[in-house]
Amino acid sequence: MSSDFAIAATNVNFWYGSFQALFDVNLKIRRGKVTSMIGPSGCGKSTFLRSVNRINERIDNIRIQGSIHVLDKNILDPDVELVQVRKHIGMVFQRPNPLPISIRENILFGYKIHMSTRASKRQQDDIVEQALQQVLLWDQVKDRLHHKATGLSLEEQQKLCIARLLPIKPSVLLMDEPCSALDPKGTEAVEELIWELHNTFTILIVTHNMAQARRASEECIFMLMGKVMEHTPTQEMFVTPKKQETADYIEGKYG
Amino acid sequence: MDAVEVHRHSFQRNRDWYIDQFVQHLVFLAGISAIVLIIGIFFFITKEGMAFLFGDVSMSEVFGSMFWEPSDEDAPDYGILALIAGTASVSGLAMIVAIPFSLGAAIFIAEFSSGTTREWLKVLIELLAAIPSVVWGFIGLSILNPLIIDLFDVPVGLNVLNAGLILGLMAAPIMTSIAEDALKAVPDRYREAAEAMGATRWQITFRVVLPAAKNGLLGAVLLGVGRGFGETMAVLMATGHSVNIPGSVFDSVRALTATIAAELGETARGSEHYGALFAIGIFLFVITFVINLSADLIVRGVKES
Ligand SMILES: Nc1ncnc2c1ncn2[C@@H]1O[C@H](COP(=O)(O)OP(=O)(O)OP(=O)(O)O)[C@@H](O)[C@H]1O
Ligand SMILES: [Mg+2]
Repeated sequence: MSSDFAIAATNVNFWYGSFQALFDVNLKIRRGKVTSMIGPSGCGKSTFLRSVNRINERIDNIRIQGSIHVLDKNILDPDVELVQVRKHIGMVFQRPNPLPISIRENILFGYKIHMSTRASKRQQDDIVEQALQQVLLWDQVKDRLHHKATGLSLEEQQKLCIARLLPIKPSVLLMDEPCSALDPKGTEAVEELIWELHNTFTILIVTHNMAQARRASEECIFMLMGKVMEHTPTQEMFVTPKKQETADYIEGKYG
Repeated sequence: MDAVEVHRHSFQRNRDWYIDQFVQHLVFLAGISAIVLIIGIFFFITKEGMAFLFGDVSMSEVFGSMFWEPSDEDAPDYGILALIAGTASVSGLAMIVAIPFSLGAAIFIAEFSSGTTREWLKVLIELLAAIPSVVWGFIGLSILNPLIIDLFDVPVGLNVLNAGLILGLMAAPIMTSIAEDALKAVPDRYREAAEAMGATRWQITFRVVLPAAKNGLLGAVLLGVGRGFGETMAVLMATGHSVNIPGSVFDSVRALTATIAAELGETARGSEHYGALFAIGIFLFVITFVINLSADLIVRGVKES
């Protein structure tokens, strides 16, 4: 049964210091699907997402309880190696954050970290081209692979941030409002890209954009005040929400 | 009637305006006086040194001769080559000591320590930076000197090695603190991005943070070099103060700065010797100015990008 799910969170509670941000979160994210996560600001979407690759642990004073199984392994187990967790679970951040090195080196960054054998120059070229092709960025940047990635437009930066995850071949992609820094055209392009990728990866995407959740996801999770309120196929949630709170939020009553 | 009154008042200058003007002028004055002072000092040094620069002694002799014998009554020599060699050798050794220490310390503080450890280390570094140079000179004289004599079995312990170590230790704290600033200026989201891709701390430091901070680090090193060139008291005490082009680190040398400090008091104002010391002053001024300016420009370049 568990193999149907890429992420299975059981009774997850999370604290920033004494402030509890997640309450008994139980979630099962289907493998190979796009699942979107919606909810008002501060309801704990990012907190949950950042718990799945344990990047939350950068912050002092956090505490987490429960279990999060990713590919049948509890990533909160003490014997889990963070480097491996992050190899299998890629993350795209709200604000595009390419590293201040060249476009090419950005793509190769994860690859060089995780692959023990050195790839030849030709292999590296192939990896770079393939990754950039996959995010539809190759044609724009192929002549300036050695330029700094931080000089790209925001849309290009965000695509690059997705592209640099691909050579590592993660199984899960976590995306925290990946389009919120982009203009409508960029948003559309990145959404399309996510849709392209969704058969290969399990994608969990946080969004404030209701239309985006509706367009781009197969399942939808609604969170409120650190709790999961509803988790259903997207169409169902938007047409026949089960809870009053969900309906209110979808109609824009929480702002 | 009342409403009109209110309007008339609200357009008038009130007390705050005058205070603001007063403070503005005060701050301007403070700022400008610093600049005026520096220009004034520069002019004074130049004026005192000019007579010598355009006097009887040729510049090729000054920069080409290794004999500094200004008090020889028949034929005084004003060659500063040996003094330059003294300053350069001591500063060079100091940098060899200080660069690994300070960069290592900065990396540790900025990237590997956290919480109270970090705060304590920073306080400690500030404390080290505040040790007066005469104290460092004293350490060179009374601790390093016998130590070097014992360890290496050499007749004198006041030499390039001693002064280089002392100067390196002196320059390290300030270099550490500037280098740490440069590392801290690297936005945290780069670290987060790299960590989310599975990079370890070392990988983050070496592949992301150091390349991003390299200009700032270079600036820190240059400021250390500038400090080395300008430092006087400690090198006066620890070099042995004998005019010499060093053949090894165990040779005593004399630094440009130390020469000025030691001899200026004994010279007659306006004499050739006096002018020569000021000419050295100009030389040092120009060198440190160029070093500090380039360090500043490099560091500033970091902040802008
Ligand atoms: N580093 C932190 N320290 C303390 N509290 C935090 C921290 N990060 C988040 N929180 C709190 O935890 C709660 C959940 O935050 P989280 O960022 O997960 O919300 P979110 O649903 O992602 O909101 P948004 O839609 O605004 O991104 C909020 O109340 C927030 O104030
Ligand atoms: Mg968020």
